[in-house]
Amino acid sequence: MTLAQRGRWVTATALVLLAGVYVRALAFTPIERFQGPAQKIFYVHVPAAWSAMLAMGLVGLASILYLLMKDARFDRFAAASAEVGTAFAMVMLTTGPIWARPIWGVWWTWDARLTLTLFLFFLFMGYLLLRGAVTDTSLRARYSAVLGICGLVLLPFIHLSVYLFRTLHPQPVVLKPSAPSLPGSMLATLLFSFGVFTLLYVGFVMQVYGLAAASESRGDG
Amino acid sequence: MIARKDVVLEFRSRTAFLSAAVFTALVLTVFNFGRDPTAVATVDLAPSILWVTFTFAAMLALNRAFQLELENQALDALLVAPISRTSLYWAKLIANAIFVGVVQCIGVPLFVLFFNVDIGSILVPLIGVIALATLGFVAVGTLFSAMVIRTRFAELMLPVLLLPFLIPPLIGAVQVTAALLGARPLSESVGWLRLLAAYDIVFLTLATLLFPVTVTE
Repeated sequence: MTLAQRGRWVTATALVLLAGVYVRALAFTPIERFQGPAQKIFYVHVPAAWSAMLAMGLVGLASILYLLMKDARFDRFAAASAEVGTAFAMVMLTTGPIWARPIWGVWWTWDARLTLTLFLFFLFMGYLLLRGAVTDTSLRARYSAVLGICGLVLLPFIHLSVYLFRTLHPQPVVLKPSAPSLPGSMLATLLFSFGVFTLLYVGFVMQVYGLAAASESRGDG
Repeated sequence: MIARKDVVLEFRSRTAFLSAAVFTALVLTVFNFGRDPTAVATVDLAPSILWVTFTFAAMLALNRAFQLELENQALDALLVAPISRTSLYWAKLIANAIFVGVVQCIGVPLFVLFFNVDIGSILVPLIGVIALATLGFVAVGTLFSAMVIRTRFAELMLPVLLLPFLIPPLIGAVQVTAALLGARPLSESVGWLRLLAAYDIVFLTLATLLFPVTVTE
């Protein structure tokens, strides 16, 4: 079985589990007292954001490893990760406004985290556009590695500079110094969803990577 | 030496330099008509006008930083010359900074003239913040412009890649400029100045390390 085929199985499993996330989110978690049913989108939005961030982190890491070892596999992985990350960033950027409209009363606001994720999306797009604009494979790998590393370094700066502006986003409810401030069933659903979205990421990356490797070995990559 | 060569070339040909200066003047003019003078006070808009203009001017300058070297394979000649890639980066950086700086030297008086803002009392800190932010622009811009020249749609690729990177210095510069124009004490802007300085240091280091990778054959 090729890597792309295995990736297809992982993705299929993750999609089935995603249906489980929906069931849990809709039927087995309480309605949040202040936000009402709109809060349910949280179980999709936050894990999608997690996957997008994970994707960018791994693009940066793979870029560093590529420059150190000049192994084409790292470059292929970074490319696959960026492509998949763009999809998750899209999910995050569409579910966010759907939630924000009833809760904040606006579709979009220039909050620190919102701006950060928007720029995460811009970086992914820039990365993919750059890859599309260079024909020489070794040159493409080096250029995109440079951009991947710079992008990873840029994100904290964007967050910090917009944070100094002002912030409105709900404060973290899981990863914070004190214990998570969520009821057990909500937390369980969220963590389950985190797992599912990570699995989805892995499945997608395996497919994209596998297909890229196959097309390269055929000599038209 | 390469920095000197570039600067000398720029001023000899004058075309690039003149077009950048005229472009800056035109953007400032566009801004004047792109606002409702009865609704918005100039001083509220002034920092944004100044910095959006400088951002575009820097972009224009950076777009052609390596274009020159592409003609007659001058870049290849530079690469075989016995100088390190790092010094090549710094030479290009200095040349770009001088180019953008001179354009800004024309832009600031025009800005004062067109928008009737008083900068006499804050001239020194204003120049400081312009220098700090411009260094950040040019540090990343020089690195990226070395990459995009060998891509398709280079003129479009540079802004797409570079603009996200200009956001942190831009935010900082606008905030400090607004504080200066509003005659607020400089101590209020310490956080922003630190951010600008940190950005410059981090990206200068990173670009110095990464530049050799982009020009190796």
